[in-house]
Formats: sequence, C-alpha cells, structure tokens
Amino acid sequence: MVEFRNVNKWFGKLHVLKDIDLRIERGEVVVVCGPSGSGKSTLIRCVNGLEAIQSGEIAVDGKRLSDPGLDLRALRAETGFVFQQFNLYPHLSAMENIVLAPMKVRRLSREAAEKRAAELLARVGIPDKADAFPANLSGGQQQRVAIARALAMQPKIMLFDEPTSALDPEMIGEVLDTMTDLARDGMTMIVVTHEMGFARRVASRVVFMDEGRIVEDTKPEAFFAAPQSERAQQFLSKILTR
Amino acid sequence: MDFGVIERNWNFLLVQGLIGLGNFAGGTLRLAVPAMLLGFLLGLFVGLGRLAKSRWISTPATVYVELFRGVPLVMVIFWFWFILPRALGVALPEYGVALAAFVIFEGAYLGEIVRAGIQSVPRGQVEAAASTGLGTAQTMRSVVLPQALRNMIPALVTQFIVLFKDTSLASIIGYLDLTKAAQIVNNREIRPFELYLFIAVVYWLCAYGMSRYAGYLEKRLATA
Repeated sequence: MVEFRNVNKWFGKLHVLKDIDLRIERGEVVVVCGPSGSGKSTLIRCVNGLEAIQSGEIAVDGKRLSDPGLDLRALRAETGFVFQQFNLYPHLSAMENIVLAPMKVRRLSREAAEKRAAELLARVGIPDKADAFPANLSGGQQQRVAIARALAMQPKIMLFDEPTSALDPEMIGEVLDTMTDLARDGMTMIVVTHEMGFARRVASRVVFMDEGRIVEDTKPEAFFAAPQSERAQQFLSKILTR
Repeated sequence: MDFGVIERNWNFLLVQGLIGLGNFAGGTLRLAVPAMLLGFLLGLFVGLGRLAKSRWISTPATVYVELFRGVPLVMVIFWFWFILPRALGVALPEYGVALAAFVIFEGAYLGEIVRAGIQSVPRGQVEAAASTGLGTAQTMRSVVLPQALRNMIPALVTQFIVLFKDTSLASIIGYLDLTKAAQIVNNREIRPFELYLFIAVVYWLCAYGMSRYAGYLEKRLATA
C-alpha cells in the first residue's frame, strides 16, 4: 500500500530522513514512534507529498510520487491526514468542514455529502455537533471532526501525525477509541504517536525511529518485550515509567 | 458667523458635492465608493500576485507596489491628468482620471493588506485543505480568503478611510467633490470658517460611520 525505497530528505543541511526502507501492506496499522526530532512526522508527511524528498522513491497504492504524470490531488484525496493541531477550518461548522472536500473534489451533491458527513459524525461519536463551530468544541471533539473530515473522502489509507499530542489527558481516550474502531474496520493506518498503550493493543507493527533512521521495525509484542537497540530500550524505559 | 450659507447651498454641497447627483459630474462618494471596490479588486490580484510562486507574476506585482507606494498621491493624479491624455492623444474627463488614479494608487496599499491577510492564515489550514485533495484555487477561495478577509478588516477599513478623505485631492484637477463644492461656494459668499467647518464635520461623520461599521463586522465575523 505504501512503499519507501531508500528515501533521503534534507531540510537545508539537516539530514532528516536517512535511507528509509519501509513497506506497509493493506490493512496494516503501523505505529511510528521515537524521540522528538527523529523524523517520524516528516516521514508520514512525505507519504501524501506535504514534504518533498530529495532521493529515493515513495509509492502509494502503486503510484510513484516522483512520477511527473502523477495526479497529486487525486492521491491526496485518497490519503486521509490527521494533524496534531487538528487544523479544522475555524470559519466553518463541523458539517461544513466535512462536506467541503467531498463537494469540491468528488463533486458530490450537498445532500449526499451531508448524509455521509452525518454518518461519519455518528461514527466518531458526536452526531449532535454538526452545527457547532470548531471554537465551541473541545480538543477531543475537534480531532474527531478532523478524522471525520478525512474519512469523508473515503481514503484508502489514513495518516495520523501525533493526533493526541495536543489534547488534554482526559480527551486522549476518546480519540484513540475512534482510531481503534477504524483499525478494527480494516483501515490501513500509519500513526505517529507516543501512545504506547494504543501501539500495544492495535498496531500490527511498530517502527522505531532515531535521528532520521528506522532503528526497529517489528511486532508490538516483540518491541515492548525486548527492544533490540539500546536507543529503543532507553526510549521505552523513559516513556513507560512516566 | 452665519451658518445660513450652509442652508442656502445645502443641495449643492451635499447632493452635488458629497453624493454626486446633480448637473455636474462629480461627487465625493461617487468617486470614493467605486475606487474602494475597484481598488480592492486590484489589491486582491496584486496581493495574490505577490505571493505567486512564479517570478513572472510576483516580480511585476512587487514592482507595482513599490513604485506606487513610493510616490505622492497628488503626483499620480497629475500624471494621469497632464501626461496620460497627451500620451493617448485624447481628452479624458476628470471623473475617469480621478477614478483611475485612485484605483491604481490605492491598489498598491490594498495589495499589501491582502498579502498580509493571506499570510496571517496559518499554514496548517492550507495543508489540511491540500491533504483532502483541494486544489490551490479551491483552497484559496474556500479556506484561506474567508479567514484572511476577516483578519484584514481593521487594516482595510483604515485604508478605506484614508482613501475616502484623500478624494478631496481630486479637487485640484477640477473634480467637483465636497471640497471643491465648498471652495466654489466660498468664492461666492466668502464664508470660509462656516464652510470648512461644515465639510470637516461631514468628512468626519462618514469616516466615523465606516469605522463603526467595521467594528460591527469584526464582531459579527468573530469565530474564535
């Protein structure tokens, strides 16, 4: 579904992704973790072309991102992205946030788009918030609207960039529950997160990054029971003893 | 003091001078309102142009802004009044000259306001729109501009007030606006104190009205 082949990326002189090789199959839920600055956010931002890479190859659903004939908009329409800061449109209601892209990109009628949006709001557990504006929603509710907005495009894969890092502790659970449901329904997901409980319960694989490299790529049971690298051991001991 | 001069010339000052309805071409509002609308339209293109990725668009937009922001308005009006008709070989009416001068001069300032407004919208908004497959133009129209416009309101209204008051400069090429109307009446009746106090109040009331309306708009559009 997603394939990285020998990918390198620099921000100026900073080498942020080093020789990344990664394959993610349909239906997999891959949790990417690692210390801050390790390149994990950059990694998933490359998948839908929010960041460009300098060498190597990324393919999504068989389409190479470097292909000059690639329809990047079509690829993004099929690749849901959820941001740490939600990035809901503050001037639009929850409903309008969700129907915008289906109507503009997929040319759905308003009725069809709103019907789908209402179903999605119910699915993420806030059916009564259709007319609320982002400013009047809690962080957890905003992030669930953002998930619904991404799902409204009926993506083949969902990318989550630290979806719970900007949330108050009591709201993290509701967002993780939504994501867990999504994973159980068979969605292919790449999730950058520090929520190790989620990784343990839901992930099919855990990818550990450090200083721009993938250091470990293994099953969650193996990762948590016996991390191979010293760096992953340190990371886990810090994050799990909190 | 004899404020009878205002009463005697009420129609000439306000209906002709301020609004621009009457036997003569002219009018402060008939000049200011289209100049604001057209100037803003131009400013929109200039502001977007300055942010364009292509240098073929951004460089001319930048040159335009720097050029017209760096010269006095009176001079622009003179250029249009004395040089343009000669260059084109046709006589141009005061109204057309004044309107063109104001639109092109103000377009530079309004373009900068539009640019700043667009840049005030967080990058994450554009990324969110892009990640759902919206194109650049759709993102601009549905996501960025509505938020940018709201952020622009204070600066925009300040500039509109400046423009509104600056239309009094059109009187130097003979355009019959409120200031020119007061001058004409004064030449006849020699009542400078009463007349210039009166038009000062009229200008102030209009400007204050715009300012209040902007405050109302800002409140109504406040989402955060």
